[in-house]
Amino acid sequence: MLHFSKLKQAIIWLLVVVGLVFALPNALPENIRGGQDVVGTLPSFVPSKTVNLGLDLQGGTHLLYEVDVESVKQAKLEAAADDARQFLRSEKPIIPATGFRIDGDAVSFRLARPTQMDMALERIKPINTVDQALLLTGGTKAPFVMTSDPESGRITLSLTTEALDKEIRDAVARSIEVIRQRIDELGTREPTIQRKGDDRIIVEVPGKSDPERIKELVGKTAKMSFHMLDTSVSITEAMAGRIPPGAKLVEGSNPSEPNILIRRRPLVDGEDLVDSRPSFSQNGQPAVSFRFNGKGARRFGDATAKNVGRRFAIVLDDTVISAPVINSPILGGSGIIEGGFTTESANDLSILLRAGALPAKLTVLDQGTVGPEMGADSIRAGAFALIIGFVAVVIFMVLVYGIMGLIADAALIANVLMIVGALSALQATLTLPGIAGIILTIGMAVDANVLIFGRVREEYRNGKTPINAVETGFTKARSTILDANITTLIAAVLLLQFGSGPVKGFGVTLAIGIFTSVFTAFVFSRMLTSYWLFKAKPKALPI
Amino acid sequence: MSFALSRYIPLGTKIPFVEQRFIAFGLSSIAIVVSIAAFLIIGLNFGIDFRGGSQILIVTEGPADLSEIRPVVLSLGLGDVQVQNFGNDSTVRIRIERQSGEGTEGANAQQDAIKTVKAALDANIEGWQERATSVISPKVSGELVNAGIYAVFGALICMLIYIWFRFEWQFSVGAVVALAHDVILTIGMFSLSKLEFNLSIIAAILTIVGYSMNDTVVVYDRIRENLRKYKRMSLLDVLNQSINETLSRTTITSITTLLALFALFFLGGEVLRGFSFAMIWGVVVGTYSSIFVAAPILLVLGVQRGEFEE
Repeated sequence: MLHFSKLKQAIIWLLVVVGLVFALPNALPENIRGGQDVVGTLPSFVPSKTVNLGLDLQGGTHLLYEVDVESVKQAKLEAAADDARQFLRSEKPIIPATGFRIDGDAVSFRLARPTQMDMALERIKPINTVDQALLLTGGTKAPFVMTSDPESGRITLSLTTEALDKEIRDAVARSIEVIRQRIDELGTREPTIQRKGDDRIIVEVPGKSDPERIKELVGKTAKMSFHMLDTSVSITEAMAGRIPPGAKLVEGSNPSEPNILIRRRPLVDGEDLVDSRPSFSQNGQPAVSFRFNGKGARRFGDATAKNVGRRFAIVLDDTVISAPVINSPILGGSGIIEGGFTTESANDLSILLRAGALPAKLTVLDQGTVGPEMGADSIRAGAFALIIGFVAVVIFMVLVYGIMGLIADAALIANVLMIVGALSALQATLTLPGIAGIILTIGMAVDANVLIFGRVREEYRNGKTPINAVETGFTKARSTILDANITTLIAAVLLLQFGSGPVKGFGVTLAIGIFTSVFTAFVFSRMLTSYWLFKAKPKALPI
Repeated sequence: MSFALSRYIPLGTKIPFVEQRFIAFGLSSIAIVVSIAAFLIIGLNFGIDFRGGSQILIVTEGPADLSEIRPVVLSLGLGDVQVQNFGNDSTVRIRIERQSGEGTEGANAQQDAIKTVKAALDANIEGWQERATSVISPKVSGELVNAGIYAVFGALICMLIYIWFRFEWQFSVGAVVALAHDVILTIGMFSLSKLEFNLSIIAAILTIVGYSMNDTVVVYDRIRENLRKYKRMSLLDVLNQSINETLSRTTITSITTLLALFALFFLGGEVLRGFSFAMIWGVVVGTYSSIFVAAPILLVLGVQRGEFEE
């Protein structure tokens, strides 16, 4: 056990040095190792990555969003109903259908003349175009299961689970894109936006941030559309429930006009917007300018030309932000929205319009914000506890085991360096509980040495020579050390499985610490012990 | 450097640990009953991560006047709102209980509550600053409770299987009884002390499970070795001798771990205090259970000596 070939020694030292090299950038100032905006002076082959601090240490906002599955389903079914309506009317003879109804996972309607059933089924076939992506995942080929009742003329399209799952996956993917664009506009550094599970999205924005503003920006659906006002009935009548067909009652943002009746069909909608910028109105109020693409510009121009002197509404997520009178046709395809904005809200709205609408509603399930001051306090406290804990253990080991304790301490130093090196190299996230994990590892890592020294002591007291006692001590302690560490590893792996965010960080350092401590306490310290034994040739062991 | 305290640690002690098993079992049984009763009657003071709700950490200019802040937040009609100092005089934690509502509605209700509180603070408290906020929806907190329970039971089952695989079934039963003992006593401690029980306490419990198992394995390893070595010795004597032989290691490792944990408890800041307290408690209980529960239980379960032929 005490004999180490030259090669073996080289490998052990190499591992320790590699740990040190990877840990080193953490001790270097930013202008040497390079950083966010600084180019370092280190040669490129030298590792320069530092430990990745968790949001609880550097400050930042964490948000867990859930995509509203129900609204995704609703949208898909509504689109299918619209398509069906259109296909039935697309060529002559027009097939009249009524009673469109969305019920659970299905949309259904009734043909006025059930005899047209075969023709109708043929026409709406394109709704069920085979989706290549679904084919690949091995699902049923068509998004809908079509059933028809020739007696009543009712046709039912049921959305398959595979198709719904795909819709949800797509909605999450598109939402991530939209969120990324919106957050990027904030100019914060390195935001993380990623999928979690089937229908969730994690958004992490490090640094100083205003969580309310982030939520405002991320959570808004931002579906924008332009509608004519419906003036066929008065607002009071509409409020009483007499809403004409094709009209819709929406909220107004102006207190003098809390409810506004608009035509359901938009003149133009947000999809035709190509650009939007914060700007100012003629009288110097913050406003938002926008520009349509060709199609949108044409439609908007036509509509405004036909409706001079009447009012139209700019609607954002079912709230009218402004309802101006059309003074003259708006032909250039661009315009500005005035709606009592502040500079910031005008800026935010233009960001939302540029990034486009979210495909589904998002709900915040979990929000955590830590200010950078608090993070800095945590780092200070954690580092202080780490240093004091470390020094206490180091002194204790020397007191108890003398020079052999010193060897254990050298192993402990190597251990901490290797943990920091591993965290840096793996770019694992260090959280406050993660620091606690390192401190705890310091306390527990010496256990292997304690076990070994205990054995050595027994053997030595039983009359073995120092070298023999050490040799036997290491051998006998080996299986115990392995057993003891595997059980701790089991706990650490479960922590990784269970934890999210900070707690996961604890599992990470604990798990890394188990590997490094087995190496440093059992292998590295054994090599150091053999150096000592063969160099100093002690007649007696201190323990 | 030829001086070392370990010289003064006696070898070959013959402390009759196993003889005290009835006292130990009695004490442990009482502690378990008290813990379960405390859990059922008092219950755990769950943090918002397990209950849903929101909390905000603020600092005020100079020492915070809780009697000024309290009425401001209590008048908002948000149900139970706790206002207390956090770590120092000028830092205050405001915890708002979970607002009613399920699903999306519930998630939004928590968000609205924290907004209301911030607005009220803006209007009434001069120069306050936000340090940290967290808002957890009932949906997520429910999932976290389940995940926590699965993780703890998962850990126990994995340990059971591992020990069974490495030793004999009696050892794995003994080890898991000792672990369950530690977990129950920790939960009892948190019920009685009304300290906040949150995610980091689950992390602590899992670590305690790992630590206590570690201790138990060391003793078990020695028992197995001694069973092979002293074929004639009675099981009770083997257990006693094994505990005595590993006693100095058990003590020293407990001390180094506690040294690290006390550093964390006193210096690591308010956020980690609950965690380090749980760990300190767990190390003490885990060390006790390895000696007084895990080992003597082998006597109750009986170990077949023949199975340890190499």
